[in-house]
Parts: sequence; C-alpha cells; structure tokens
Amino acid sequence: MDSRFATDSEPSENHRSETGGPARASVAALFWTFFRIGAFTIGGGYVMVPLIQRDIVERRGWIDRDSFVDVLAIAQTAPGPLAVNTAVYVGYMLRGIWGAMASLAGCILPSIIIILVVAALFDQISSSSYVQAAFAGIRPAVVVLIVSAAIKIGRPVVRSRVELALAAMAMVLVAFVRISPALVVTAAAIYGLLSRSISGNGGKDA
Amino acid sequence: MILLNLYLSFAKVGLFTFGGGYAMLPLIESEIIHGRGWLTVREFTDIVAIAEVTPGPIAVNSATFVGYRLAGVLGGIVATLGVVTPSVVIILALAMLAKRFENSTGLARVKSGMRPAVVGLIAAAALTVARVALVDLKSIMMAAMAALLVFKVKLDPILVLAISGLLGAIIFS
Repeated sequence: MDSRFATDSEPSENHRSETGGPARASVAALFWTFFRIGAFTIGGGYVMVPLIQRDIVERRGWIDRDSFVDVLAIAQTAPGPLAVNTAVYVGYMLRGIWGAMASLAGCILPSIIIILVVAALFDQISSSSYVQAAFAGIRPAVVVLIVSAAIKIGRPVVRSRVELALAAMAMVLVAFVRISPALVVTAAAIYGLLSRSISGNGGKDA
Repeated sequence: MILLNLYLSFAKVGLFTFGGGYAMLPLIESEIIHGRGWLTVREFTDIVAIAEVTPGPIAVNSATFVGYRLAGVLGGIVATLGVVTPSVVIILALAMLAKRFENSTGLARVKSGMRPAVVGLIAAAALTVARVALVDLKSIMMAAMAALLVFKVKLDPILVLAISGLLGAIIFS
C-alpha cells in the first residue's frame, strides 16, 4: 500500500520513528505482538482495535495511523473475523507471506489453546460467579477503549465537514439501521472515487 | 472424513461472514446445527457463552470448540484452520492488489472515502457494546474509571482490561 511500510532495506530499529519511515518488524516480533493481542481480545474483534493500534501504531511504529485506517477498512470489507483479517494484512504488509502467517498464528493460537483447555472445564468456568462478575467489569472498559480508538483514529482522518458527515452517516447506518459494515465501506469507497472534494489533499496521505 | 467435513463447513462459514464475529453466529447455526446436525441448540448456546468469556475472535473460538467436541484436539485445529482459510486468501489477494496500485490516484480517492466511514464504524461498535455493557450505575461508574485510566493516566489498554476485570470480580459478585 503505502511506500513507508517496512521493507528489507529499512534500518533495523524496533522503535517508533515519527520522522524516518517505519520501524523494522521481525517475523518473531509479529508473532508475539499478535499473540499478546489475541490473548486479550475478549468479546469480539472490535476490542482488538485499540490494542492493535497501541501496539502496532504507537508503540512499535510499524505502520502509521492513516495506513492503519486503510487496513481496518479492508479488514471490515473482506469476509472473516476482523482480528484475523487485520493480523494477516498487517503481517503481509510488513514481512510478506511469512509475516502474514506469523501474525495469523499469533492471533489465533491463544484462542485455540484456551478453548481446548476450557472446553473440558466449561461448566465450572461459565457458571462461576467470579468469572461472570469479572466480565461485567471488563465490558464498560471495553466501551471506553473503543471510544478512545475512534478518537485517536478519527482525529487525523476526519478533518472536514464532509468527512464528519461521512463518519456520522456510517455510524448511524451500522449502529441503528443495521446495514452491513462491508456495504457501508464499499459505498464510502465509491463515493470517494467519484468525489474530488472530500479532503484538501485529494485523499493523499498527510 | 469428519475432519474434511469440519474443514469445509467452517471454510464456508468463514467465507460468508461479513462484519465481524457476531455476524458469523447465525451462519454457524444454520450450517452446523440445522445443516449438519452436529450440535444441539443448547450446545450452541454454550459455545456462544464460552466464546464471549474467552479471549480471541468469536468465530475462531466457536470453530475450535465445535471441532473439539466433534473430533477432539485435531478436530478443533482443523475447524479453526477452515474458518480462517477464506480470510487469509482474500486478504492476501487484496493486499497484493493494493500494493500494485499504491500510487494510483483512484486508490487514494477510494481511501479518502473509506477512512471517515471506518471511524464511523468504530464509533458504531462502541455504541453496540455500550448497549450491553452500560446497564446500571455501577457499570457506568466502571466506565468512568476506565475513561480516567485511559485518557488521563494513559495506561496500557491491556492493564485497563485486567484492572477492570479484577474490580468487576469484587464489585459485581
């Protein structure tokens, strides 16, 4: 996608680099990053958005915010779990096919291990009042984390009234009218293609 | 044979699910319960519950769980591979396509339309979760505390989740 994604010629640096291109992502680092994210994504893919943004965009500096939004757009338009789609795309962008496979493995391994362990003990776990209470406590925090992700992602993206209107419309269509996110993203993409006036720079990366 | 059928059934579920894990549940229901007769509705409800209280994408959790119930550990792994196969193929194809057209103004315009919409979708997700998460005064106060930790203390999201879980276990039990 964007030329500033890590390539083999980038200097090896595992920290954010605001000015000079992205940090280099090793296949192992991709695996562990997505393993960590997979282990803490409770209650569906959107919980992963703030976690992945924090790790991949802010802490590691592997991709910039605008590109992260593009990744989310494609992850939501394609079929399949959002977390899996995002992991595969980010992995591919940074390290090609092996990066994609490492991210995928990292993302789904915690689920597989945990489910296989708890499948046998399911009745005890799900009926534990402590477990249920803990999740009642986690859910409000999840709302806050998703809101903070929307703000962080939205700030550089929503700069004009047209963009604000597009974002608001997408929210209403998905949250209240229950239109599929894939349809909304596709419609917005077509609108962007046909319109020249969405943002001052013609949609180029800032 | 059961392994091949598991793989194919979950590949079908993965292929036709748009818009995240919850959208996948009705598909699993029609394919696995009514189509294959592999599970009862009661077992399916258990699976949804377990997928909700364990980490990881709900689709992946459900696939592992159903596969394990039907064919043990290998079944769990095969069903999970089935559910992610369509995603992997389609995403890789899209990523290669995007790389090829990375400098086109057409793609730049497409992105300029998609980006604000994605922000809207994330906000919509917050609303959806809020409906089931913010149900009483206690849960709203938990959200306020989390907001303080996220926006003021700037704590790591994973720590915020861990603290909220611990507090929840104390407050809500």
